Amino acid sequence: MLEVKNLTKIYPGDVLALDNVSFTVESGEFLAVIGLSGSGKSTLLRCINRLVEPTDGQIIWNGVDVTQASQDELLHIRRKIGMVFQHFNLVNRSKVITNVLSGRLGYANSVLSLLNRFSRKDMEMAMAQMERVGIADQANKRADELSGGQQQRVGIARAMMQEPEIMLADEPVASLDPVLAHSIMQHLEDVNKDDGVMVICSLHFLDLVHRYAHRAIALNEGKLMFDGSPKAIDDAKFKEIYGRDAERVG
Amino acid sequence: MKNFRKKPVVRWLIIASVIIAVVVVYAFGFSVTDVNFATTREEQRLTSLTRILRALAHPDIIEYDQVEQNVDVPFHLPCPPGSTPPISVDTSGAYIVVSPACAGPGDAVTIEGFKFLPNTSGPVNFIAQSGVSLQLGSFQTDSNGSFQLTGELPNRQPVEEAQAIRATARQNIGPPRISRTGELVFEKIVETVFIALLATTFGAILAIPLSFIAAQNLMSEIRSPLTSVSLTLLGWPIGIFLGGAVAIQIGRLAESILGDTAFISGSLALSALAIGLASVTTVSREKEQISDVSTRLIRTVGYVVGGIAAIVISYLVAYIMLLVGDALIEPLGPLGFLGNFVHQLGDSLLMLTPVLAALIAGGALGSLGGSVGQRASDRLDSRTVRIINLGVAALAGAATFALIGAAIDWFYQILDINRTFVIPAILGAIGGALLTLRVDPRQSLPIGYWVYFVTRTILNGIRSVEPLIMVIVFVVWVGIGPFAGAVALALHTVAALGKLFSEQVESIAEGPLEAVRATGANRAQVIKFAVVPQIVPPYISFLMYRWDINVRFSTIIGFAGGGGIGFLLQQNIRLLDYRAASAAMLAIAIVVSSMDYISSAIRRRFV
Repeated sequence: MLEVKNLTKIYPGDVLALDNVSFTVESGEFLAVIGLSGSGKSTLLRCINRLVEPTDGQIIWNGVDVTQASQDELLHIRRKIGMVFQHFNLVNRSKVITNVLSGRLGYANSVLSLLNRFSRKDMEMAMAQMERVGIADQANKRADELSGGQQQRVGIARAMMQEPEIMLADEPVASLDPVLAHSIMQHLEDVNKDDGVMVICSLHFLDLVHRYAHRAIALNEGKLMFDGSPKAIDDAKFKEIYGRDAERVG
Repeated sequence: MKNFRKKPVVRWLIIASVIIAVVVVYAFGFSVTDVNFATTREEQRLTSLTRILRALAHPDIIEYDQVEQNVDVPFHLPCPPGSTPPISVDTSGAYIVVSPACAGPGDAVTIEGFKFLPNTSGPVNFIAQSGVSLQLGSFQTDSNGSFQLTGELPNRQPVEEAQAIRATARQNIGPPRISRTGELVFEKIVETVFIALLATTFGAILAIPLSFIAAQNLMSEIRSPLTSVSLTLLGWPIGIFLGGAVAIQIGRLAESILGDTAFISGSLALSALAIGLASVTTVSREKEQISDVSTRLIRTVGYVVGGIAAIVISYLVAYIMLLVGDALIEPLGPLGFLGNFVHQLGDSLLMLTPVLAALIAGGALGSLGGSVGQRASDRLDSRTVRIINLGVAALAGAATFALIGAAIDWFYQILDINRTFVIPAILGAIGGALLTLRVDPRQSLPIGYWVYFVTRTILNGIRSVEPLIMVIVFVVWVGIGPFAGAVALALHTVAALGKLFSEQVESIAEGPLEAVRATGANRAQVIKFAVVPQIVPPYISFLMYRWDINVRFSTIIGFAGGGGIGFLLQQNIRLLDYRAASAAMLAIAIVVSSMDYISSAIRRRFV
């Protein structure tokens, strides 16, 4: 179980990105995070694995306060939290296989990994993960030779190398067309259903939220505006989350 | 737009005053730079210019074997009183006739030559009593072997005896060959290219790690609490001192067992065994959970043992390389430079071992201090941390300031222990203590940013000193020659590439870094997997660019005693040997333009 308590993030220059946000996520849950661009979705996700240092509040995961972890402890927490990104964040000039293997760095011996040596077990695992998302035949291509949908699959394979217990997905389909979006979301759904990984995914399109998420939370200017079933987002709630002038699409 | 609405008169006034100001500036510029077009038309200067340009157009690269034919005729300068004694000319071979047969200083004479070899050329000289020859003109024989020229006699003191006029006909024989100057130019241009090669390679090797330290985006995320910073500051000098001292002791031991082969191989085997054992205890296939104190202790012992064994091996290998290198020079003959290379590598290993040992020990102790400090401020409560900080920060401040004092003492020889040691140490301690009171004990300080700032400042400082000036210092240290030039260029390359490289690191995409960091990778792994792949192409590009600059620079570094072709060029210009200078310039042009071509071809391939 992941508990977020009174989480606040103030960026330098007094920019309030998260304002006293509290919610909990059960293990095995698929949680959607919705809200306008700039509402604090990305910051929220990055606070959970402390890519962004929270200003105040607690994040308690299985009884451990992530915000208080020392640097060493943090690396061990992070390796159990996979993350996929809107812009895939692959190392373009590296091979696909290298990108996937880099998901294993939290476990691999540092000296050997610096020499590009990975254990046989890790190699086999990488092949299996690439097989799973259907990119095994691309393993030796450079990452930037792949199409957008394929790149996001590499991103998922990389995150799955961490054998994660939580998967953070920061608008994973915002750069993809609708057909690809569904195929990527289905991979995340597999990860959630088959592996029992808790997925926290920020999304733009409400139909995707309805289709995939068990529960949704909504942010507006850093404040938690909604926490409940996606079905409960009616027109009134929608206007509250997205603003008075917003119109529903899709 | 408002300016254009001004009244026309005002506008014209403004334009006129700007024009006047520009004219005045350029007028002053003309006077300051001594612009004088009259000099460009003076006949004497034009003659010299023609001579030099013609010499430059004839680079001294190729020469022929020549046969010389000297024909003398006695000549009175001025005419003796009374009648001139008749001059008997042997007309059986080549001969010259001078008319008039005697003349005064500055008079014109006509010299006719007969029966010379056809189509030869050479000078006609006046040979003074002292043996000095003064050129009257040069001739070219026709197909009959005859020539005629008019020359002006030199203004010399009157001499009673007959002096001589000599025609020297020269003819090229045999195939053309590279002249002595040409050989010298070739030798020096090769030297030049290698100066550039060594400077670029070694400069780049040092610049790569520096560029990470000088990159703001990598460094600004490194933050540590005061306890950690203080212990790091204390750990570095102690580590450097210990590492250096231990290495030097081991070096003495290694030198003392040199004669004994069994002993050498025994210690080599023992050291290799120690390293093997140490790596088994310290390196595990998988990162385990956060390690406890006893495994950390075992690891630390493993690192120390492995480190000492590495120092032993390094020294022994260095000494073996010295011996082997020396032994190789003779039997290898023309390839003897390979033996010298082995010798020099061994020698540099001998020099580098204590330096590296000191730096590694400093880094190890510094980071040990850092992590101990980090743990202390993570685990202990605020009050305790503050009390600890008061002690270690004061100590660290004192140590740092005392070291700075020692450096100042070395440069300025103040030789006053109060002013260079006691007062700085007290000031540093007070500063450290004040810092403890000022900052929250757990607050993380931007130590990475400070390191970045200091590194950048030093790099900029070194970069601003031109290699031509640096070479002056290195000429004093290692003597005039290419070595001094290579070291000076290498130092400048470190600074210049360090800055260029670090700017490339700063401009990489953040996304992959974030992604790799999210996997739980440590800092070294993030650099290897997210930073390095992104910077390889720009690094190669800048390396080639620098190689280009270094080739150009190594052609002139000889002007300041740094070896290479610059030395030859400067010498020839001073000797007014413009043909030789021209050969050197031609060689520079060829090398620079072909290096330019090669480097851009390589750059295209990699980027």
